[in-house]
Amino acid sequence: MKKTDNVGISRRTLLKGSAITAGFIGTTVVTGFPAVHADEPITLRYLSTATNQSPAIAAKAKEVLGINIEYVTVTTDDVTKRILTQPDSFDLVDSEYFQLKNLIPSGSLVGIDAKKIKLVDKLVPALTQGKVNGKSIGDQGTAPHKVFYLEKQRGKTFASEPTDWITLIPTTYNADTLGIRPDLIKRPIDSWAELLNPEFKGKAAILNIPSIGIMDAAMVNEAMGLVKYGDKGNMTKEEIDKTIATLIEAKKAGQFRAFWSDFNESVNLMASGETVIQSMWSPAVTAVRLKGIPCTFQPLKEGYRAWAAGFGLPKTLKGKKLDAAYEFINWFLSGWAGAYLNRQGYYAAVLETAKENMQPYEWAFWMEGKPAEKDIMGPDGGLLEKAGTIRDGGSYDTRMGAVACWNSIMDENAYMVQKWNEFIAA
Amino acid sequence: MLDVKSRWTPYWQAAPLAFVFFVFFVLPLAITFMVSFWTYTGYSITPAFVADNYVTAFDKCFASLPDLCTTFRTYLSTLKFCLMVWLITLVLGFTIAYYLVFEIKSPTTRIVLALLTTIPFWTSNVIRMISWIPLLGRNGLINQALMNAGITSQPVDWLLYSSFSVTLSLVHINTVFMIVPILNSMSRIDKSLIEAAYDNGAGAWQTIWNVIIPLSKTGIAIGSIFVITVVMGDFISIGLMGGQQIASAGKVIETQITALQFPIAAANAIVLLAVVLMIVWTLLRFVDIRKEL
Repeated sequence: MKKTDNVGISRRTLLKGSAITAGFIGTTVVTGFPAVHADEPITLRYLSTATNQSPAIAAKAKEVLGINIEYVTVTTDDVTKRILTQPDSFDLVDSEYFQLKNLIPSGSLVGIDAKKIKLVDKLVPALTQGKVNGKSIGDQGTAPHKVFYLEKQRGKTFASEPTDWITLIPTTYNADTLGIRPDLIKRPIDSWAELLNPEFKGKAAILNIPSIGIMDAAMVNEAMGLVKYGDKGNMTKEEIDKTIATLIEAKKAGQFRAFWSDFNESVNLMASGETVIQSMWSPAVTAVRLKGIPCTFQPLKEGYRAWAAGFGLPKTLKGKKLDAAYEFINWFLSGWAGAYLNRQGYYAAVLETAKENMQPYEWAFWMEGKPAEKDIMGPDGGLLEKAGTIRDGGSYDTRMGAVACWNSIMDENAYMVQKWNEFIAA
Repeated sequence: MLDVKSRWTPYWQAAPLAFVFFVFFVLPLAITFMVSFWTYTGYSITPAFVADNYVTAFDKCFASLPDLCTTFRTYLSTLKFCLMVWLITLVLGFTIAYYLVFEIKSPTTRIVLALLTTIPFWTSNVIRMISWIPLLGRNGLINQALMNAGITSQPVDWLLYSSFSVTLSLVHINTVFMIVPILNSMSRIDKSLIEAAYDNGAGAWQTIWNVIIPLSKTGIAIGSIFVITVVMGDFISIGLMGGQQIASAGKVIETQITALQFPIAAANAIVLLAVVLMIVWTLLRFVDIRKEL
């Protein structure tokens, strides 16, 4: 956590460095070509949550670039913990933008050189400018465009204007909402307020990751007209108190069946019918549906809570590994991976190249909100949606255009966590 | 020369274990204690010597009495589970150990049955927890059975995500910790003592109460220490089976660690450690483990 690795090059990195240099010189002397791929394939240790990892992407990268991707799988919070405490245990990280408020001041990550990213101008405006189709979307919380650029490569402050140093190159993002069981609720749901509707007493759930759960709670409070927020993503102590008070009251009245903190728990709760309405993530909704159980990622009139993740580079990365990391990032944006992610219900950072890699009917279903012309298959080849269905929430523009707030780390984070524990104990 | 050698030999023999204890137990604990006085931001911790973390841990606890603050409520709830689980595992563990030692005559059968008690450990904790859902859940086996039998018309909700399910799963996991030490103590009881008790006219219950229990005291104490320390620190079972709705001291620490608030998590860990040590100390007042080992 404390910065201890500023002192100098550790013995291990030194050895690694000299081994790479030695290998490099060796090749140069023998063959006369300073070819990158001539010698041993480079392995990049890719740190992220399971959500952002896929053996198919790693296999494709190996095939196209000859780079080995070695996934290091941890939970959302552990990604941050790793970056802060063991910044030399990975070569590339896929982290969420909202964590940057903790990551950048620590100096563990360095700015990514925009000049080396070929498609930098094609990155979606939803993330770089907070705009969809030219219109500004909700930017409460840690909206990516607020933390997109650094003042300088090793800067510890965010730049308000575009610079050549990018904090994270976006990989995936999405707009989250409540998941419901339409077969058990049997009526339309259109507001976040329904989460605390006594009609669903003992059948509701909220996620127990404080920094995200509090945002869902804020959407509910605002929808119920109980709290007016200045900025849901950066609440005052008083706003936190009021938000938690509503939750405690609901909890004491037996509104919640459970809280979940793990993707699989949320799938189990919904699939088993323990809950009929709850905070949910899109792949979890897909997982329930793949079991043949109806589950809707319900669009709500107050809008979505959005999140975005992107590639960051540790400050310790250098030499050929650094080049390989840039090469991988450029490939990632070039379309194949983007199409793969789009087909899972996420969104790709560069839409044009993703489109080139998708069938027109797939693009129409996932991105344009049109009824599926043919059966839509999941990434594993299983049937995801039958022909004729429409994606929950509709098109990209409709969904991302209705974003109300972003996952965030508040200034009063410590206080919020304390109050959240109070809620759990209530 | 020979004298010197023999004087130091026991120390050398103990040194490897002492070293392991020092590196993996004493040192981390000392660091935890030290860090509990540090200050922190979202991304760094700074050496300092402030009691802020302890003050936050007991925020408004004394001012708001008789209303219980979060910390007191959390500990109360944890202690409640601790007491219930301890009582149930004690009765179960004692009974099972008694059965294995005094009722089963064949040593092979005894070993096989003793091994069977470890079955709960054959699967991972998480799988074990998840598999309760189809049994106890709203649409689970028990509820279906109850409804088919016409006992209830609506599914019973308190079977899962309740104090009941938390206690059930904790008992399920921890009974074996009680069985093994009690079994160990009981099997060392000289059978002639029991015969002597009968010969002197003691009934079955009198024998248990006056002969077997006192002679199994060490096992009971060791088993109790196991169960109490495990339950006091548990946050996975309480979390999963309580639907994350029931607070536990361990869960509070876990939440703070994931929020990168290491110093306050360390302070809470020290408080928890102190509470557990007090309980263990009280237990040891009743039984001198070292004397009876």
